[in-house]
Amino acid sequence: MSDHQQQDRTAPRHMAARDGDRARGADTVAGVPLQPPTPRPVFIARVVVGVVLTAAALYAPFYFTPSDNRLLSEALYLAVAAMGLNLLTGFTGQVSIGHGAFFGFGAFASATLVDDYGWMFEATIPVVALLTAVVGLLVGFPALRVRGLYLALVTLGLAVLFPQVADKYATRGDGRNIPAIRPDRDSFDSLLEGLENDQWKYYVCLVTLVVLFFAAWNLTRARPGRAMIAVREQELAAATVGVNLSATKLWTFALSAAYAGVAGALSVMIEGNASATNPALYFQLSIEFLVAVVIGGTATILGPLVGALLVVVLRRNAEELVSGEPMLSPALFGGALILLVYVLPDGVVGGVRRLFARLGRRWATYELAPDPLSRSA
Amino acid sequence: MDLFIAQFLNGVSSGVVFGSVALALVLIYRSTGILNFAQGEMALFATYMTWQFTDWGIGVVGAIALSMAFAFVAGAVIERVLIRPVEGAHNPLNVVIVTLGMFLAINALALIIFGTTERKVPYVFPTDSWDVLGTNVAKETVGMAAVLAAECVFLWALLQKTKIGLRLRAVASNPESSRLVGINTGAMLMLGWGLAAAIGALAGSLFAAGETAFAGSSMQIILVYAFAAAALGGFDSLVGAVVGGLVVGVANALTIQYVDLLDGIELAMPLGLILAVLLVRPTGLFGKRHVERV
Repeated sequence: MSDHQQQDRTAPRHMAARDGDRARGADTVAGVPLQPPTPRPVFIARVVVGVVLTAAALYAPFYFTPSDNRLLSEALYLAVAAMGLNLLTGFTGQVSIGHGAFFGFGAFASATLVDDYGWMFEATIPVVALLTAVVGLLVGFPALRVRGLYLALVTLGLAVLFPQVADKYATRGDGRNIPAIRPDRDSFDSLLEGLENDQWKYYVCLVTLVVLFFAAWNLTRARPGRAMIAVREQELAAATVGVNLSATKLWTFALSAAYAGVAGALSVMIEGNASATNPALYFQLSIEFLVAVVIGGTATILGPLVGALLVVVLRRNAEELVSGEPMLSPALFGGALILLVYVLPDGVVGGVRRLFARLGRRWATYELAPDPLSRSA
Repeated sequence: MDLFIAQFLNGVSSGVVFGSVALALVLIYRSTGILNFAQGEMALFATYMTWQFTDWGIGVVGAIALSMAFAFVAGAVIERVLIRPVEGAHNPLNVVIVTLGMFLAINALALIIFGTTERKVPYVFPTDSWDVLGTNVAKETVGMAAVLAAECVFLWALLQKTKIGLRLRAVASNPESSRLVGINTGAMLMLGWGLAAAIGALAGSLFAAGETAFAGSSMQIILVYAFAAAALGGFDSLVGAVVGGLVVGVANALTIQYVDLLDGIELAMPLGLILAVLLVRPTGLFGKRHVERV
C-alpha cells in the first residue's frame, strides 16, 4: 500500500493528473504537449494491435460467411453515421437524436439516383454526401439558433417527421402503395473479378469508413477540432477567444449530416432498398447512432466503430437468444445499454485508454525520468 | 364556423393530454435537469396497470388511483436505482442514454407482461355531450380540462404553499446549497420523479379511456407532441407546459382540418411551431433567461 503511494509521488506530475482534468478528445489536439511521451511497451502494443486489426479487417470477408459479411457491413455503415454524430455530439457537444432523418435522406437520394437516373451506385456516394450536407445546412440554420436541449427536441421531431415526408413524396407504386425505392439487385454487383458481391460490398463500406474516419481524425486534431471542443466545453469562453460559435456549430452540423447521408447510401447497397414502411425506423436508427457513440466512447476516433460493432452484435444476439419472444430483444437491448453506461461511463475506448494509462504510468515510473517540459499544474 | 369550433374543442381535449405529459416532463427537468425520454413509456406501463386493475373488477376511478400510486413508487425507485448513479456524471450524455435505454426496455416489458393485443380502458367520463349555444361540447373534453386544471392547482399549491414544495424548489435551483442547509436532496429528487410518473399515469389512463383502444406504440407520438408543448412553454415553467400543450393540440387539430398541403405530414406543424417560437424567443414562451458564469 505504502509502496504504491511512493510510486505515485515519484511519478511526473502531469502523469498523475486524472483524465477528467482534460477536455475529452482534446488530448489529440496537435501542437499542445498535453500527453507525456508514450512508454515503449504501450507504443509497441499499439503498433501490434493496429497491424493485427488491419490485417483482420482486410481478411475478414474471405473468412466469414456471406450473412456474417452482411452483418459486418451493417456495422461499418452504422459506424460511419455514428462518427458523424460523434463530430457533432462528442466533439462539439450538440446533442442530436434525429440523425436518422439525414441517414434516410441519403438512402432515398442514392436509391433515386440509381433507380431513376441509372447512376452507378458507387458514384452516388460523394453526390449524396454533398446533397445531405446542403440539407444539413438548411435544417441546421434555424435549429442551431436554439441551444443544447432544444436542438435534441427539434432533431427528434425531424426523425419522426422524415418517414411521413418520404411516404408522401418518394413513393414507388409498383401497383401497390409501398413507400420504398428498390433499385435492381445487380446495381450493386461487384466491379472486381474474383470478389463475390458480399465481399465487394464489405470493401466498399470499409474504404468509405477508412476515408471518412481519417478525415475526422485529422479534422479533430487541427484548428477546427480545437474550435469544436472549445464550443462544447464552454461556449462563452470560446466566443471570447474568437471562435465563431454559430459558424462552428453550423458546419459541424452539415458535416455530420453528410456522414449520416453517406451511411444511408451504403445502407441502400446492403439492404437493397430505401424504405419508410416502418414509421419508427429512423427514430430507432437515431437512437442506435447515439448509443454507438456513447458506448464506444464520445470524442474518440475509434469509439464509433467499436460502438457500432457492439450494437450490431448486441442486437443480433438479443434476437437469437430469445427467438419466439420478439419483445424480449428490445428489453435486453435497453437493459444492456443502461448497464454499459454504469460499467463504462466513458465508453469502451475510454475504458481501454484508462487501462493503458494506468499500465503506462506503472511502466513509466520505472523507465522515464520526470519530463522537464511537464506543466506544473 | 361549427366545424371550426368542433375542431377547436377536439384540439383542446388532445391538448390536455399533451399538456399533462409535458407537465411531467417539466417537473423532472426542473428538479434534475434531465430530459426524460422514457416518460411516455412510463405512462404507457401505468396505463396498462390501469387496464389490469379494471380487468380485475376494480372501478375505473379506483383503478386509476391505484395505478397512480404504483407509478409514484415506481418513479421514485427508478430515480434512486437507475438515474442516481449517472446524475452529475462527467459525461451528461450518459443520462440521455439511460433514459433512452429505459424507453426501449419499459416499452418491451409492458408488451411482455400485458401482451401485444390492443386493450381498452373503460370510459371515465360520460360519452355524450352538452349543448352550449348550439355547439356540442363533449363532456369528456370538459372533464379532461377539469382534471388538468386540478393538477395545476395541486402542483401550484404543493410547490408554492408547502414546506416540501419549498424544499423541492430549493433543490431544483441549487442542489449544493440546499444540501448544506440540511435538505435531503435525494429524497426530493425521488419525490419529483414520483410526482412526474403519477401525473404521466393519470394522463395516459385518461387518454386511453377516451380512445377506443390503446397499444404499445400509443404513447410515442404523444411524447413528441408533449416535447413540443414543453419546448413551446419554455421547459422550466409549469404554466408554460399547460399552455404549450393546449396550443399544440389546437394547432394540430386545425392543421389536420384546414391545411391540405400538410396532409400526411401533420407532424411538421409542432416542429415548425417550436422552431418559430424558439427563433423569436429562445427561452420559450414562459421560460426564464439564465445568466451563465464563465
